[in-house]
Amino acid sequence: MDYSQYLRNDKLPYIWCAGCGDRIVLKAILRAIHDLGLEKDEIAMVAGIGCSGRTAGYVDFNTLHTTHGRAITFATGLKMARPDMTVIVVSGDGDATAIGGNHLIHAARRNIDITVLVYNNHIYGMTGGQVSPTTPMGDFATTAPYGNLENTFDISGLTIAAGASFVARSAVADIKYLSNLIGQAISKKGFSLVEVMTPCYIAYGRMNEKGSAAQMILDQREEAVDVEEAKSMSPEDLQDRIVVGVLADRELPEYIATYDRVISQAQQR
Amino acid sequence: MKARTFMMQGNQAVAEGAIDAGCRFFAGYPITPSSEIAEYLSGRLPEVGGRFMQMEDEIAAMGAVIGASLGGMKSMTATSGPGFSLKQENIGFASMTEVPVVIVNVMRGGPSTGLPTMPSQADVMQARWGTHGDHPIIVLAPGGVREAYDLTVQAFNMSEEYRVPVILLLDEIVGHVHEKVTLPAPDELVIIDRKKPTVPPEEYLPYVADETLVPPMANFGEGYRYHVTGLVHDETGFPTNVTEEIEAQLMRLNTKLDRYEDEIIQFEETLTEDAKIGVVAYGSTARSARSALLRARDEDISAGMIRLQTIWPFPTDRIREFARQVSHIVVPELNLGQIAHEVEHAARGEAEVVRINRISGEPIHPDEILAAIKEYW
Ligand SMILES: Cc1ncc(C[n+]2csc(CCOP(=O)(O)OP(=O)(O)O)c2C)c(N)n1
Repeated sequence: MDYSQYLRNDKLPYIWCAGCGDRIVLKAILRAIHDLGLEKDEIAMVAGIGCSGRTAGYVDFNTLHTTHGRAITFATGLKMARPDMTVIVVSGDGDATAIGGNHLIHAARRNIDITVLVYNNHIYGMTGGQVSPTTPMGDFATTAPYGNLENTFDISGLTIAAGASFVARSAVADIKYLSNLIGQAISKKGFSLVEVMTPCYIAYGRMNEKGSAAQMILDQREEAVDVEEAKSMSPEDLQDRIVVGVLADRELPEYIATYDRVISQAQQR
Repeated sequence: MKARTFMMQGNQAVAEGAIDAGCRFFAGYPITPSSEIAEYLSGRLPEVGGRFMQMEDEIAAMGAVIGASLGGMKSMTATSGPGFSLKQENIGFASMTEVPVVIVNVMRGGPSTGLPTMPSQADVMQARWGTHGDHPIIVLAPGGVREAYDLTVQAFNMSEEYRVPVILLLDEIVGHVHEKVTLPAPDELVIIDRKKPTVPPEEYLPYVADETLVPPMANFGEGYRYHVTGLVHDETGFPTNVTEEIEAQLMRLNTKLDRYEDEIIQFEETLTEDAKIGVVAYGSTARSARSALLRARDEDISAGMIRLQTIWPFPTDRIREFARQVSHIVVPELNLGQIAHEVEHAARGEAEVVRINRISGEPIHPDEILAAIKEYW
């Protein structure tokens, strides 16, 4: 496929560092959109603040680069005004689960038909490597010089518990697999989220002796275990593994559709 | 359609004004003394095909109304002090990206949780400067129920025409007082909609303005694919670090309202023609001031009042003129002198400014204003 048809080619090169997984996520998103046959005019990409959020600048859709943590709220309003549009949020682990954590769980609870892609790189990339809610305990960050003292969020688990229709996780190593999951998420009516494990070599890998950027991608492929296979594994065996695949896919009432019924009811009164 | 007569409170008048102005999306978070606006619109919006959302907090509500407005729906949120504080970052986003939105703040005393159920006018400065950075904003302050309706309609019109967030500042008395009002037939209202681009999508530059300084705005999903960001951007909408481009965009942004001040700035004058002592007031405090003024006239004291309906931009020129005419300007307000300071600045020593301030949650009684008028007569 020709990726450039979906890109604002005059905005290249990317601001992302060499070896950054975010480039791969972008490719996977475009492939999913291409496979679904969506029109560019129908798509809105709403971005938070961070390296992840910069995705929106490169794609030739209706793009909205919001405030840190708040992308989901803007996306919610936009979807309410334009239910016919495909609304995709791109967000980082800090953006989606620290400053924006409340919006994430409430949008999932409402089950509004938007798709959120969380680029989980275990660190605050854009601001230079501060600790995030997904930095593994004990790992180093510029604000965790003694190692991270805090527990991590399971972003997918959190979103499932909050009531989303569809939740999946993938690493960037297998782009076809990732793009297939993103496509499923976009197609699903209701709130959908894909947690993408994407390595940040510069701000996280180097500080934690994770090897080269390529090594980090390969390691994630090794650590990945399919959700079906994981079911028969013990919690100990699952330590340091990344459970990938469709983690939740369920039929639940979708918010806009429910609201449309309220409108017809109110107008009949 | 016909004019309609009701008994209603200011908060409901705001909600009705919003509907009649074409508002079809409201997002909010409950907070006294503003909650009636949300409650009312939760029932009313679906009747006209609109949508209402109670969000998880005020930050979310502010984000949602901006998103909906970009999608082409006129949008509003309502709150009070603590929630107004939470909205500030995204109010700045609307200012920077020039997305029309209306924000209602039914004031309470602060700081912090403050005085939830008592009247206050303490957010005058926060309404102007609450978000960081130099930015354009319009702030309107109704003095009664019918005016709450009218200024809400105007708030939408101004936000659409100038692509700027407009803040409606009510105090608790204006929000909760019930008055008999006759509202115009909706089809008699002048309704302004945002100017849309006339060029084909490939020629659209979202932040290029003609001599109006207000760029045409494409809604998302209408074929004009463009980028909106809170970062300083160039004419194409993309972030820039080029100082000339930064300067050009930020100066246009910060001066675009200047040429419209005559249309934006509104005030009502009572017996100012021959006044020798002046009053400047707004909101419910102006009701006390008016009563004091009329009683002063009964005692042959030539007092006159300028009642502000637009607070920001501030009517500096008119107040300056007034200061040349009168010896003193009495400024009663339910804060520690937020507008008095501005009046002093405008008067530049031409008249002495007499402050009457209260932050204890009690309104200012006409007797107190009358006493001040008499003292300086
Ligand atoms: C309100 C606010 N607080 C802080 C910042 C600074 N800031 C920008 S990006 C960022 C963290 C980004 O980390 P993450 O969300 O994990 O995304 P990444 O850059 O790693 O993709 C922070 C703290 C900001 N822009 N706004």
